[in-house]
Amino acid sequence: MTSSPLTAEAPAPQTTPVRRRRRLGRFNRRDVLVLVVLLGIPVLLDLALIWATTIASIGLSFTSYNGVTAIKWVGLRNYEQIFTIYEPFWRAVRNNLLWLGVLGLIATPLGLFFAVLLDKQIRFSRVYQSILYMPVVLSLAVVGFIAQLVYSQDYGVLNALLGRTSHPTDWLGDPHINIWAVLAAAIWRHAGYVMILYLAGLKAVDPALKEAAVIDGANERQTFFRVVFPTLRPINIIVLVITVIEALRAFDIVYAINSGRNGLELLSVLVTANIVGEASRIGYGSAIAVILLTTSIGFVIAYLTQIIREERR
Amino acid sequence: MTVTTAAPPGVAKADRPAAKRNRKPLRPARVVLYVFLTVVALGWLAPLLLAVYASLRPYAETAKYGYFSLPHHLSFHYYSLAWSSADMVKYFRNTMIIALPSVFLVLFFASFVAFALSRFKIPGRKTLLIMFTAGNLLPPQVMVTPLYTVYTKIPLPEWLSSSQTLYDSYLGVIAIHVAFQTGFCVFVLYNYMQTIPTELTEAAVVDGASLWRQYWQVILPLTRPALGALATLEFTWIYNDFLWALVLMTSGDKLPITSALNNLRGEFFTDYNLLAAGSVMVALPTLIVFFALQKQFVSGLTLGANKG
Repeated sequence: MTSSPLTAEAPAPQTTPVRRRRRLGRFNRRDVLVLVVLLGIPVLLDLALIWATTIASIGLSFTSYNGVTAIKWVGLRNYEQIFTIYEPFWRAVRNNLLWLGVLGLIATPLGLFFAVLLDKQIRFSRVYQSILYMPVVLSLAVVGFIAQLVYSQDYGVLNALLGRTSHPTDWLGDPHINIWAVLAAAIWRHAGYVMILYLAGLKAVDPALKEAAVIDGANERQTFFRVVFPTLRPINIIVLVITVIEALRAFDIVYAINSGRNGLELLSVLVTANIVGEASRIGYGSAIAVILLTTSIGFVIAYLTQIIREERR
Repeated sequence: MTVTTAAPPGVAKADRPAAKRNRKPLRPARVVLYVFLTVVALGWLAPLLLAVYASLRPYAETAKYGYFSLPHHLSFHYYSLAWSSADMVKYFRNTMIIALPSVFLVLFFASFVAFALSRFKIPGRKTLLIMFTAGNLLPPQVMVTPLYTVYTKIPLPEWLSSSQTLYDSYLGVIAIHVAFQTGFCVFVLYNYMQTIPTELTEAAVVDGASLWRQYWQVILPLTRPALGALATLEFTWIYNDFLWALVLMTSGDKLPITSALNNLRGEFFTDYNLLAAGSVMVALPTLIVFFALQKQFVSGLTLGANKG
């Protein structure tokens, strides 16, 4: 019954570029039941677990709730304390900004660079591609543990390679440098991700465009920056959003290394630190989460606008 | 978008013979390119190779000579230790208890939602689509606090959860995975289904097919490539998850493998070689999935990213 060609061709004359969607009136009772149940469950799950909790976080951030006593409204006190006296907060903000800067200015261009090189019809392209992409499939926790083998003060490979055996650097223990050591691991993982996205984009670029540019006398660099790169605009936006979101979500690597203390504070770690364990300052943790949310919301909207714009096309 | 899915294998096959036919003599620039790529690739592999190497050597040896040294003894001792005394089997099973139902439910719900939204005039269609897509982009930490609070207050019968609440239960972790990941899959599958001609379902309607049959027998089989890609991707993501189990579970023996890896640390005075063996064992399934299903993996990511 799926593919009787006659019926499939019947409505063909009226095909227009505009998609036709059926009105709901034509369903019988059983169809409506299936629709309501199977659409209802995921919608309710999403509303309850994602959106209601997000809104609840905003609400709780104005309270001094600790999970046990009654919820008490405290206005902006949590925010005031976070901005003024909560010592790890600004360090976390700084680290999140560093994370964003390093992913955006080093890892992302590096990923694009790899993609451009691998797009040059070279041999073994697939092998290089797999190797560069491999860290992306590893759990960030595993990345954190591997980092400890590389950076360990006494036995680590890095100190041995640098010949720093008499005065070894404590790469992960020294709060001034450990964030950079962790960021190197983050680059290792992010560049491959970006590379895959750009490779797909580059494959989709019409070769005629490049040929035309070459005929017009453009060199390789001009062809890329003036002709190819502008056509990648949709991917650029998506990569930008992914980069920002990854930077704000960063959590696992630092948590696996030292639970995000001693120079490795991140906003995401502070949220969990305030609710898990003996502290249980739920209002406080929520306020930090809301700060995280407000930072990301602009980018989420930018991304959605891009999608909707493409949808219209 | 169908083009993107189909492209990687086709391109790979078409490329190779063509490259062989008009292979030019190697120019110096090419040599530099190959050398550069090989060096980078080796550098990229190095940390993982180091982990494998470290896991094969006894603690006493690396403590004496450091990780950057020639081997004296190589053995799989740490693997058998991790496997037996650290109960890796149990944690692997826990991961599967969470990951398999999650992936299945995510794909089932997401494909139905995408089917309904792409075929019918459902009121608030655009809003629903935006709700699902945007929900997946929110930082999970924003949901953590209320989820934790609510989960501790929802009672569950003993047979479903030994903690008798949604907190510290597999069900709770599965629920948040399903809610969170459905958003991404709805977005991808909606775009994919847009490319399936409406005539197909219309023909089925003329033939008297119910809504369920249109979904199950017409649309779903045509969506198989996208579903395969998403299944690989989602399995890896949920397998690798660290945060949800950490926040929403407390019993050590219920933890999934990635979170349980942290336990290897305390119990054995942080024997990093054991931790390396544990890390390699945890990484192995995702690496196998990646190399076996690389095509699906990559097309899943690019399906979500570009619709060209």
